[in-house]
Amino acid sequence: MTTADNPEQAQEQPSTAIGTSPLSQATASASPGASGSPGASGSPGASGSPGASGSPGASGSPGASGSPGASTGGSSTTSSDVVMRIWRGDSVGGEFREYRLPSQPGEVVLDVVHRIQATQANDLAVRWNCKAGKCGSCSAEINGRPRLMCMTQMAHLPADEPVTVAPMRTFPIIRDLVTDVAFNYEMARRVPPFKPRPREADGTHRMAQRDVDRVQEFHRCIECFLCQDVCHVIRDHEENKPSYAGPRLLVRYASLEMHPLDTDDRRSLLREQMGIGYCNITKCCTEVCPEHIKITDNAIIPLKERVVDRSYDPLGWVGRKISRRS
Amino acid sequence: MSTIEETQVTPVTIGGTRGGPKVRTLRKDRWWLAPVATVAGLSTFVAYSAWAAFVNSDYYHAPYLSPFYSPCVASNCVYQQLPIIGTWWRISPAIIVLVFPLGFRLTCYYYRKAYYRSFWWAPPACGVSDARSRYTGETRFPLIWQNIHRWFFYFGVIFVVFLGIDAVHAFDFPNGWGMGLGSLILTLDFVLLGLYTFSCHACRHLCGGQVDQFSKHPIRYRAWRTVSKLNPNHQLFAWLSLFWVAFTDLYVRLVASGAIRDPRFF
Repeated sequence: MTTADNPEQAQEQPSTAIGTSPLSQATASASPGASGSPGASGSPGASGSPGASGSPGASGSPGASGSPGASTGGSSTTSSDVVMRIWRGDSVGGEFREYRLPSQPGEVVLDVVHRIQATQANDLAVRWNCKAGKCGSCSAEINGRPRLMCMTQMAHLPADEPVTVAPMRTFPIIRDLVTDVAFNYEMARRVPPFKPRPREADGTHRMAQRDVDRVQEFHRCIECFLCQDVCHVIRDHEENKPSYAGPRLLVRYASLEMHPLDTDDRRSLLREQMGIGYCNITKCCTEVCPEHIKITDNAIIPLKERVVDRSYDPLGWVGRKISRRS
Repeated sequence: MSTIEETQVTPVTIGGTRGGPKVRTLRKDRWWLAPVATVAGLSTFVAYSAWAAFVNSDYYHAPYLSPFYSPCVASNCVYQQLPIIGTWWRISPAIIVLVFPLGFRLTCYYYRKAYYRSFWWAPPACGVSDARSRYTGETRFPLIWQNIHRWFFYFGVIFVVFLGIDAVHAFDFPNGWGMGLGSLILTLDFVLLGLYTFSCHACRHLCGGQVDQFSKHPIRYRAWRTVSKLNPNHQLFAWLSLFWVAFTDLYVRLVASGAIRDPRFF
């Protein structure tokens, strides 16, 4: 077991020990197992005891406070320095702490967070995995915008002011930059499964490429939950969570509803229980999607239109009446 | 087959302390610029179009008819295009007409984004908190009526047909066929309003979006593909057509009032 596998051990170590082997500390403490793997975080049990990231003792005494380079106030910086304001805390409370360190070319925000973890705050909790924008683990709010830390280049952020990194606002905090995204998995359990039509006479299912092109876009989703985070329906109104699936799950509904083999009709479900009417098309989910899925235009609006087909279109109603009689 | 009867609504966990400071936003960029620009643009258009609709004069100068008054369906129209409404209608004929384009734009998916962000502040920008503490979206009256967008689309198609007739008529001068600057302005107005109407999300859905197996509906698939190419530019067409329809009305108004002369090319 590395020190990072046991966070309390890691915190008890004197700060001088961090400096002796910064790279190994950072790699270990930032590994998915230490800071909460995406899978683990989704299960309530795991998020309640996420090892390095979730112990109340750790958050009660954010290790950065006594470590070199950390401060709570503003400070001047040289052109070769980068100043990061990172949220440190847990469900009890927290605050932004500043870390100043030399800038290095070609870095993304996650690289800098790892360097802080290695040299100044070894108990900083951050969830990450692939560092390639494909696992969806390192979601955070960078300068107030929901983004993946591993895909946000430092060079693209304003160099003359501190870079603010905060946890996703919509979900309960576990510690520092790690949030409990269990809501999404709980809501995913509501999605009725794929119900394919009967196989053809030769025992196969056949689909033309043009039939599946549309839903393949939705399969690019990496479940980073940035769309859920930015959606104001649940971000600003916690009370809507039980009755609104959110953009990520609506993409899932769209992939099933438009599937050429699927036989289910989920339109009443979408209207009455998944809260598609809550979406007011402000397209923030599309703006933040790192996979560039056109969530609003290609998933949510087509679903809304399908609901209109069933519930709000007089011509559709007449058409259904005629087709039933004939 | 519907699944709602057999779907078990599993509970979700709500509550819990959220991370980050309790502030409206952490953004430091000029996120307010887009809502302010939208308010300015839409307010200017609403003010001008309201004035132009109620003023009830200078909307026709042969062969140009202002799009705010097209189709002219009231008997009190200066230009008797389709007088199906009797002399009992005494106020401006534009009022009859503008209800439908107004409804089409008001319920349009793009404009909904625009005015929810800029007027409602729900939300004003991504990552910026809503202005109101409660939110029910489009689940209740009156906003549940946003779902009638496609009804207005049906009317919108009829209006585009009339605007096409007006565009052709704009080349039919009292002394014979010709072309003036106004002819081009009205033609462009027809093109832009047509692009806006046929790039609409409801149009995209009706053309083929509701189909699951495109391979069994090749014509609808082609129609859907065509509209899908236009649809990403719906916002652009919305603004261009909004500006141009007001400009077209202004041009016809200036020509009809004698403030300017319409240059004839031939």
